Amino acid sequence: MNNLAELEMSIGVIAAEGRAAIEKAGSPDECEQLRVALLGRKGRVTTLFAEMRNFSDGDRPKAGLLLNQLRGQLESQLEAKGTELSSARLQDQLIAEGIDVTLPGRPAHLGHLHIITQTLREIYAIFQQMGYQIVQTPEVETDEMNFQLLNFPPDHPAREMQSTFLTKQEGVILRTHTSPGQIRVMRENCPEPVRAILPGKCYRYEQITPRSEIQFEQVEGIAVGEQITMADLKGVLTEFARQMFGDATKIKLRGSYFPFTEPSIEVDVTCILCKGKGCRICKGSGWLEILGSGMVHPVVLKNGGYDPEKYSGFAFGMGPARIAMLKYQIEDIRLLLGNDLRFLKQF
Amino acid sequence: MLVPIRWLKEYVEIPVSVEELAHRLTMAGVEVASIEKIPSGEVDWKDIIVGQIVAVERHPNADRLSIAKVNCGDGVLTSVTGAPNIKVGMKDLKVAVAKLGARIMNAYATEPTTPVTIQVQAATLRGVDSQVVLCSEKELGLSDDHTDVMLLEKDATVGAALVDLLGDQVLEIELTPNLGRCLSVIGIAREVAALTGSKLHIKSPKWKTSDEPSEGQAKIEILDDALCPRYSAALIKGVKIKEAPFWMRYRLMLAGMRPINSIVDISNYVMLEWGQPLHAFDYDKLVGRAGGKHPGIIIRRAQAGEKLVTLDKIERQLTDEMLMICDEKGPIALAGVMGGLETEVSGSTKNILLESANFHAINNRKTAMALLLPSEASQRYTRGVPPESTELGAMRAADLMRQISRGTIARGLLDVYPKPRQPKIISLPIREVKRLLGIEMSAKEISEILKRLEFKSRKVKENLEVSVPYYRLDVEIPADLIEEVARVIGYDRLPSTLMSDRLPPQKRNRSQEMEERVRDLLAGMGLTEVVNYSLTNLASLSKLDPSGKMASGAFVELANPISTERSVMRSTLMNGLLESVAVNQRHQDHIGIFEVGRIFLSNPESHDGLPDEPRRIGIALAGSQEEASWTEPSQFVDFYALTGAIEALFSRLGLSKAVHISTQHPTFHPGRSAEIRLGNLKLGVLGEAHPEVAAKFDLRGRVYLAELDLETLIAHATEIKCYEPLPRFPGIRQDIAVVVDLNLPAKRIEDLIRREGGELLRELTLFDVYEGKPLPDGKKSLAYALDYRADERTLKDEEAQAIHLRIQSAVEKELSAQVRGAGG
Ligand SMILES: [Zn+2]
Repeated sequence: MNNLAELEMSIGVIAAEGRAAIEKAGSPDECEQLRVALLGRKGRVTTLFAEMRNFSDGDRPKAGLLLNQLRGQLESQLEAKGTELSSARLQDQLIAEGIDVTLPGRPAHLGHLHIITQTLREIYAIFQQMGYQIVQTPEVETDEMNFQLLNFPPDHPAREMQSTFLTKQEGVILRTHTSPGQIRVMRENCPEPVRAILPGKCYRYEQITPRSEIQFEQVEGIAVGEQITMADLKGVLTEFARQMFGDATKIKLRGSYFPFTEPSIEVDVTCILCKGKGCRICKGSGWLEILGSGMVHPVVLKNGGYDPEKYSGFAFGMGPARIAMLKYQIEDIRLLLGNDLRFLKQF
Repeated sequence: MLVPIRWLKEYVEIPVSVEELAHRLTMAGVEVASIEKIPSGEVDWKDIIVGQIVAVERHPNADRLSIAKVNCGDGVLTSVTGAPNIKVGMKDLKVAVAKLGARIMNAYATEPTTPVTIQVQAATLRGVDSQVVLCSEKELGLSDDHTDVMLLEKDATVGAALVDLLGDQVLEIELTPNLGRCLSVIGIAREVAALTGSKLHIKSPKWKTSDEPSEGQAKIEILDDALCPRYSAALIKGVKIKEAPFWMRYRLMLAGMRPINSIVDISNYVMLEWGQPLHAFDYDKLVGRAGGKHPGIIIRRAQAGEKLVTLDKIERQLTDEMLMICDEKGPIALAGVMGGLETEVSGSTKNILLESANFHAINNRKTAMALLLPSEASQRYTRGVPPESTELGAMRAADLMRQISRGTIARGLLDVYPKPRQPKIISLPIREVKRLLGIEMSAKEISEILKRLEFKSRKVKENLEVSVPYYRLDVEIPADLIEEVARVIGYDRLPSTLMSDRLPPQKRNRSQEMEERVRDLLAGMGLTEVVNYSLTNLASLSKLDPSGKMASGAFVELANPISTERSVMRSTLMNGLLESVAVNQRHQDHIGIFEVGRIFLSNPESHDGLPDEPRRIGIALAGSQEEASWTEPSQFVDFYALTGAIEALFSRLGLSKAVHISTQHPTFHPGRSAEIRLGNLKLGVLGEAHPEVAAKFDLRGRVYLAELDLETLIAHATEIKCYEPLPRFPGIRQDIAVVVDLNLPAKRIEDLIRREGGELLRELTLFDVYEGKPLPDGKKSLAYALDYRADERTLKDEEAQAIHLRIQSAVEKELSAQVRGAGG
């Protein structure tokens, strides 16, 4: 071959036959075979390139241009077809690999912390950022620590508020509240100021009913310093309530009585269920009684080692069980020590 | 304390609604638990009116019934009644008449299904038409009494609506122990005045006496003036004991006391009014005991062996702790607790010796508690009654007995008061209000507030000299006055401030942090936290030792357990955990639980008698390995599930060096128990519960249990000191399988391999344990993957091979093992 007309004719034939063959190709393998047959070392296009040497110098550039166009055209057709075929194959494969995504997952085994532990931790976190330190004190206490140093004289009627388990050892009882910890932390830190949170189990001689338990957790708080006022107490409790129960939570202070605080107050917070509108849980009042509190009684400060004329302080006590029960609408306190996994695993 | 509002209004104006009053009292520390409406919501007294009985006739056809003609203001209506207090021939009685359509309580509502109220309908009873109902207390919703028709005051206006005559509201007040002063209507009235700013009109009691002097007719002698600071008595002669007037009975009823007779009712009424308990003796019985002479009243402690039969007809054994009212013959009353039967007032009593005394609060409480005799009187003495009020109570009650029971009062109060109390004056530094409450108040403001509570004060330099009203036994120190100021102005008026005091140095509590970390780690492994009672019992604890040999003496035992089940403080977490497993096995296949808590070990050495309270970690596993899932076949937990959890825990606490070695412990399977040691230190025990232990706790299947000593763990836990650089050069991994005697502990093989492997053996992983064919009987094969590596260069194959061969030969020689499949 040595003239352009003949070449153009051959190119036309190869282009037409090549396109048809490529379109018919059914697999990436067939595409590869076509590529070899057309563009391979002995392929039809390569063969035509070899003919170029027979062309005149004037025609050769034009022949080269036409052949390169043909090659480019076939290459891109092969490429397009190859892509099309492999993505179709992948598609088939993916369809074949489908699984039932609605089956439950393979369980990751995470355990559960007790609801009281979780509630305690919330309380800890709030007070720790306010500078309170967590201190644990004994669950079995002396009558002196649990009562006398807290301004409950022997046989005082205030002891009726806290029916007590006695041990066989004279003067040793199960603590009825975490308040004896107040004396212990004060004695440990005097004359430095104190800010502490005292968590732990307490015990009272009560009938076990849906509403009362013989064993329960309490969290005591105490702050003693040289310029601590009841307004500060209100500030701390307002902040606690806001963080524990939500930004809109308000507190209300009611007069009360505890032998170890003077003045003594009960603190109510906006009902967490009805947000103050009144519901069954708050008995329509919109408020929930959440903790007892007051300014540390001068006698107690003195028993802790501080001069009550120079130092002052406040203390408060709350029950994580009550908080958890309100929050999760648990109506039977016995569930908390019942250890039924069907209950514990809900939290 | 129940306070009817109409009664309260006798002493103080109430310028606010009852709801608002209840709110203010509550906010000031006098908690109003409820406001009871009289009548209660179920009945409606608007349709019930005052009627006057004009005639009572015999029912022609029924002996037990009578026919009452009642003037209802707008006509005379007929009522057929069976009430025993409506007798033929009676007239002029005022009664509560329920007309047609009125809603009254159903007196016969005995079943929960019967309606609580009924509507009055016309009825024909044995042939006689009954148009209205003459109501009993029960039908009016006042009490459970349905015997008699309730008779109203004689001067009640006929036709008036009952609600206008008797409708009321009753405050139910819950009093804290410091509020003894509020155990009286007058006490509450004083609070109301202080909190609303309205005026009190309390009249100091006055009496009209006869000329006959009381002196000499009885002699009073106090032998223990610590327990009886004051004893007053009035002598009232010639009383006629009958029913108290309606207004008094009605008030008592609303205040929760059952009317009895005029003398008892007056005593109770005055106690409720003034807070002073009273006791009436039959004077003639005292004279009788004195052999016709004037009696002598002696207040003294009981002597050993003395007895008294109290009003409730029970013979009481007395101790010398108990204060008694006696005469020459012996005890006649338990002072301030309960009267004696013999000298009790009866229907035929003529002359009364009325006791109005003051007794020691704590001694009174002890006696009342020892004899299980809580009474209205004791409730008041226990919370403190001022000695000044004996006189007030005696005069008020004696004069009511004169007016109501037609007695005459002998002139002069018999009164022994050995050490009259001095008025209390407290010096209140004015700046204390600011220092404790955080609000600025002037001396004048403070003084004004205190005045509302009847405290008088005057400014002396920087202080207020405050004199305390006689009835405020609870106010003793400046802080008490500050509480009064705060609660009257209202705690809600205090500002809310940020603490300006110096922040104490902040210290971390590492022990607490570690405890919480242990909880997180165990929960992270899929275990769920339980909390058991710290109180258990010896029977449960002894189930942990089937041999029955249980350590004793170290327990903290209760002297007053609430039940035998909860009588001893736990000395281990193990029995509680096994009980928790048993409870859950009823409905759970997989149980993985833990507890972190204290145990209690009595310590004879402790200076204050307190036990040691070390914290322990308990873990229990039972049933299937994990919660059932379709992805894996369910397997049962085994010993290694437990040790795996504990190894992971220890590894995270920096205690990887801890090892478990086989041990014997009564709670565990002898072939499946281990002790955890760190050097010579014991960290805990673990194992499979002994089948006999499992049976005693009603456990199903094999249960795995561990108890670790948290205190020791915390003390020896280490933190990561320095990180280990990542390997820079490749290592060589070779496996070795060792066939040894079945009972050779794996730890021996591992120790030997590590010893021979030296520094270049970087890791050893057991990946297979096999026994059975084709191994000979009594043999097992353990396969380990060994990783050799050097830090500073690429290890040569020959080097690794040399160590590997050394390990092989040592294993063969020292453990008589056969090595299989050696090589890379
Ligand atoms: Zn609510």
